[in-house]
Amino acid sequence: MVTSILPVVMTDAVVKRRAKDLLGPVDLTISETGFTIVMGPNGAGKTTLLRSLHGLERLTQGRVQWQTPLKDAHRRQAFVFQTPIMLRRSVLENLTYPLLLRGTKKGLAEALARDWAQRVGLDDVLGNPAPQLSGGEKQKLALARALITQPDIVFLDEPCANLDGRATREIETILQQVNAAGTRIVMATHNIGQAKRLATDVLFLLNGQIAEQSPAHTFFNAPQTPQAAALLRGDIVE
Amino acid sequence: MIRILACVLALTGTTVNAETLKVAVTTSFHNSGLSDILLPAIAEDTGIEVQLLVVGTGQALRLGEAGDVDAILVHSRAAEEAFVANGFGTHRREIMYNDFVFIGPNADPANVSEATSATDALTRIAQAKAIFVSRGDDSGTHKKELSLWDAADVAHSGDWYRPVGAGMGAALNTAVGMDAYIMADRASWLNFGNKADLALLFSGDPVLFNQYAYIPVDPNLHTHVNNGAAMALEGWLTGAHAAALIDGYTINGETLFTFNADKGS
Amino acid sequence: MGDIWEGISAGFWLVVTLDPDLVEITLMSLRVTVTATIVASCVALPFGAWLAIRRFRYRRFVIAVLNAMMGLPPVVVGLIVYLMLSRSGPLGVLGLLFTPTAMIIAQVIIITPLIASIAHQAIRDLWADYHDLLISMSTSKRQRIMTLIWDGRRALLTAALAGFGRAIGEVGAIMIVGGNIDHATRVLTTAIALETGKGDFSLALGLGFVLIALAVTVNVVIHVIGRTEREGKW
Repeated sequence: MVTSILPVVMTDAVVKRRAKDLLGPVDLTISETGFTIVMGPNGAGKTTLLRSLHGLERLTQGRVQWQTPLKDAHRRQAFVFQTPIMLRRSVLENLTYPLLLRGTKKGLAEALARDWAQRVGLDDVLGNPAPQLSGGEKQKLALARALITQPDIVFLDEPCANLDGRATREIETILQQVNAAGTRIVMATHNIGQAKRLATDVLFLLNGQIAEQSPAHTFFNAPQTPQAAALLRGDIVE
Repeated sequence: MIRILACVLALTGTTVNAETLKVAVTTSFHNSGLSDILLPAIAEDTGIEVQLLVVGTGQALRLGEAGDVDAILVHSRAAEEAFVANGFGTHRREIMYNDFVFIGPNADPANVSEATSATDALTRIAQAKAIFVSRGDDSGTHKKELSLWDAADVAHSGDWYRPVGAGMGAALNTAVGMDAYIMADRASWLNFGNKADLALLFSGDPVLFNQYAYIPVDPNLHTHVNNGAAMALEGWLTGAHAAALIDGYTINGETLFTFNADKGS
Repeated sequence: MGDIWEGISAGFWLVVTLDPDLVEITLMSLRVTVTATIVASCVALPFGAWLAIRRFRYRRFVIAVLNAMMGLPPVVVGLIVYLMLSRSGPLGVLGLLFTPTAMIIAQVIIITPLIASIAHQAIRDLWADYHDLLISMSTSKRQRIMTLIWDGRRALLTAALAGFGRAIGEVGAIMIVGGNIDHATRVLTTAIALETGKGDFSLALGLGFVLIALAVTVNVVIHVIGRTEREGKW
């Protein structure tokens, strides 16, 4: 049994850029199981929090502690960006890329890539250049590329923000499947319906700080902060 | 990395010829077309492959001083004697001469065609302030032109006097473009393909004779120079076959060069 | 106009009759410039990529110098290379002056900054695009550079071709260091300069059209090879 990289503990984390406070101070523990939805108004620090946990953002102070050494821990995470970043290669090569980086044999990598392409419905376009896919296809490819290495945890930054209902449903289905199979998920979203469908617990951010951290049923039925209540009512929260 | 280097070397490697000799010659000599006659004959008679570096006299002398060529063939007596005196060349050997001519527009606004001497021709041009293109490149031809201006004792400055800093062919092209007067060597003029409205207006003054001399670069100064081949070439250039080819070379029926090597030395 | 038509027909006849001198001169042009382009690319492409992803203190200064060196006058490069390779110069013992190698050296110096600068811009844009993804995927420095070079290969090929274009049409430097020696270091551009000097405009122009045709052919061939290697373009 391989040791999990989780739980991850964020301690006293602050991110400042040009004297502007983007995040923090934040103390947070992400446990081994669950589907965490990160909510909050624009500029509340959702993206910065996810990027800081994943190591894409340099902390001005504080630290993020995984259960295994950082190098190993980082290799066992994945990140899906709001705007998918496509390698200027074919769909198949985008899928095999993270496997080949890890030294997986090419034949095995391609077999896994075909499985995943089928799972996300991209098996017909395996040979197409990835940058020419539609928005929904790109995000499904990005998701498959993130999951193909079987990470312990996946961060998703509003992956469905620009997608139509059908693509959103396909992505949600896959996320629920891998979550059920044991992959920890932390995902930012603006979509309350999506949050309700997926969340086991909710992180609510305001002005770079965690205003509320509750199990899903508590958050949606009895929010602790007036801003969260306003958000759930459908009001505009700034 | 080694493979790349080997590949580069293979691509850049030069074929080693049995005997090659690098000679710096003046543009005017090369433009005459005589070298096209002489080089194959030299190769046949002596087995030496002569590689010509066609440059101005100034650059030819610099190449000789630096030891980048094995011998030079130029036409600027004072500079040549200084070259030998300064120890860059072993000796100076006169080979042949041709002559300079005055070229100008057919309309001839300065009446150069009625000149009585080279200096008179220049005086007429200066007085008419007719446009005159000078090589202006420190070449043998340029130096000759400057000495003639000094002899004529007229000022050669002003809007009409245009030093172009270019070789003979380029200067002739410029003169064609400006409809200007220019002094050129006869060979370059006869071989020039873009005469347009210019014509030969004056020639024949003995002061316009243009002596070519051959100087091997001193092997004591530059040990790598091919002095053996340079001496062999000198022997050929001053011999009977060269004399026949040089005197017999004509363009449009006109003889260009007169062989005058001193056989005795 | 007459000269231009004569030039076109002169060039045409030189090509169809496979004039042996023309073939020799053209092959020399290709040999010198292709070698120079390969050597310069080996240096400039990784350097441009490195410059794009590496942050260090004098980076802006290095980029400014690189861009300024793109405008180096070839004649000055030629003169400097001549002084270095001259028998009286520091590298004179190599005996490289007036050889194709000397011309290759001069051309490498002329086109390396150009190729590096174009490569730098291309890789910089690609790196801006890929940055988060490659960091997220735990790539090593080497893997990042390899990925950027591979995915940016078309832009890099274009950079190399720009270098080739500048080198094949260059005359000032190779005239000085090559000497335009018949059957030894004469290339298309120096032959054109020579014929222009002789006032033989139609032959000069004919050679010029051969030069243009050569440059176009090389570009087309490279692009065709680049495309067929992999389907699709983006």
